[in-house]
Amino acid sequence: MMSLQSYCVVLFKSVSHAMRAEKILKNDKIPFKIIPVPKSISSECGVCIRFTPEYKEDIEAVLNGTVEYSDIRELH
Amino acid sequence: MKNIYFDNAATSWPKPPEMIDAMNRYNETIGGNPGRSGHHLSVEAARIIFETRELTAQLFNIDDPFQLIFTRNATEALNQVIFGMMKNDHHVITSGMEHNSVMRPLRYLEQNGLKVTVVPCFQDGSIDPREIEKSICSHTKMIIMTHASNVTGTIMPVKEVGHIAASHDIPFCVDAAQSAGSIPIDVEDMNISLLAFTGHKSLYGPQGTGGLYIKKGLENDLVPRMMGGTGSRSEFETQPDFMPDRFESGTPNAIGLAGLGASARFILNQGIDGIRSTELTLTTMFLDKARDIPGLRLYGPRKADLCTPVVSFTIDGISSSGVSQILDEKFSILSRPGLHCAPSAHRSINTLPGGTVRFSFGHFNTTDEISYATDAVTKIASGTIKGDAV
Ligand SMILES: Cc1ncc(COP(=O)(O)O)c(C=O)c1O
Repeated sequence: MMSLQSYCVVLFKSVSHAMRAEKILKNDKIPFKIIPVPKSISSECGVCIRFTPEYKEDIEAVLNGTVEYSDIRELH
Repeated sequence: MKNIYFDNAATSWPKPPEMIDAMNRYNETIGGNPGRSGHHLSVEAARIIFETRELTAQLFNIDDPFQLIFTRNATEALNQVIFGMMKNDHHVITSGMEHNSVMRPLRYLEQNGLKVTVVPCFQDGSIDPREIEKSICSHTKMIIMTHASNVTGTIMPVKEVGHIAASHDIPFCVDAAQSAGSIPIDVEDMNISLLAFTGHKSLYGPQGTGGLYIKKGLENDLVPRMMGGTGSRSEFETQPDFMPDRFESGTPNAIGLAGLGASARFILNQGIDGIRSTELTLTTMFLDKARDIPGLRLYGPRKADLCTPVVSFTIDGISSSGVSQILDEKFSILSRPGLHCAPSAHRSINTLPGGTVRFSFGHFNTTDEISYATDAVTKIASGTIKGDAV
């Protein structure tokens, strides 16, 4: 049986905010990708940033004070 | 015959090749609905718009790019400001050099009770900022003024008026349709609270692009002119209150914004000072020659450093439209005659109802073209070349 790895998403209120976060994270070389907001989560804007849980603190540190985000959630 | 394009104040042409490349690339390889759908082409479209927002914000020294919203043109931005902010018991101050994109919304609201003070301008289109300050009363809720006249090119004292507005705590809206990309704009230094611009003139972008800068916090005093889908907060039937989504409903002109981004980059690379110095050379050369042409009358400041690269003139005995027609048919020189959507400005410079012939130069014009044009105008003024009946 394949075990599903847990992952995290950052949710944003608008696509513009997601694009700004993308640009900042790219500069910081933190691994992530942009995915459509999983349907299990009530949507903010249509896209969110997905990353693995070990980067949670790094991501928070980079985004706090630079881009407004609505939430960071861990999903399984 | 090669076209000599002197109508850059209406729409600049030709465009930088980078702009055309960016639009082709968008059409051929991207094409998604920006951010709505989450797939990678949709995200790429959103990315391009984000980049254009950052680049345009940089041009005007806007600290937070989200305070800049995109519109179809300056007209839409100005309508958003005027209809979104003015109430019937408000007072607004404007200048005697405005375009109809300011005057028509104001005159419309005047019928409902809005008080409008049009501060008179001198015959060269200039204005005394002290007259603006004298018009301020307790109901004054906005000062709205063009940065540069589209008729005479006259550069208005935006920084001085911005200072006055700020010291009275009145929002200051600037119509930068003629100035954006051509002369420096700094929303902080000039105390500009609202800046309306258009993409297709001196920013060398495509038609159908423009925008509005809204000073942080002021967005709450501005009712959106348009509401609808934003790709955000889709489960709610109320309009988002945050920037930029509050004012950006409906699918944007993404291909146009791809082009505008490339144009903004072009301007940043050339440098506004570089662009300005080319344009000063052309305008100075034209004015120096035109001054000596018998039968030709110049309007406006007649000094290149006091204006954008726009000159207005008439030729005795021939209507402005007659002159423009001869220039087009006999010389392939493309100009614009008449009132230029700005009757108020023509009233100020005393050229109603006949208007003027307007030459507006751009980055891609040359000194050879100016020489050719002054020769052409000389021939028309002396009667050597006449228009054909048919
Ligand atoms: C001074 C001025 N304001 C506003 C506008 C309106 O620009 P647009 O037609 O792009 O909305 C123009 C140009 O037409 C203009 O010259």
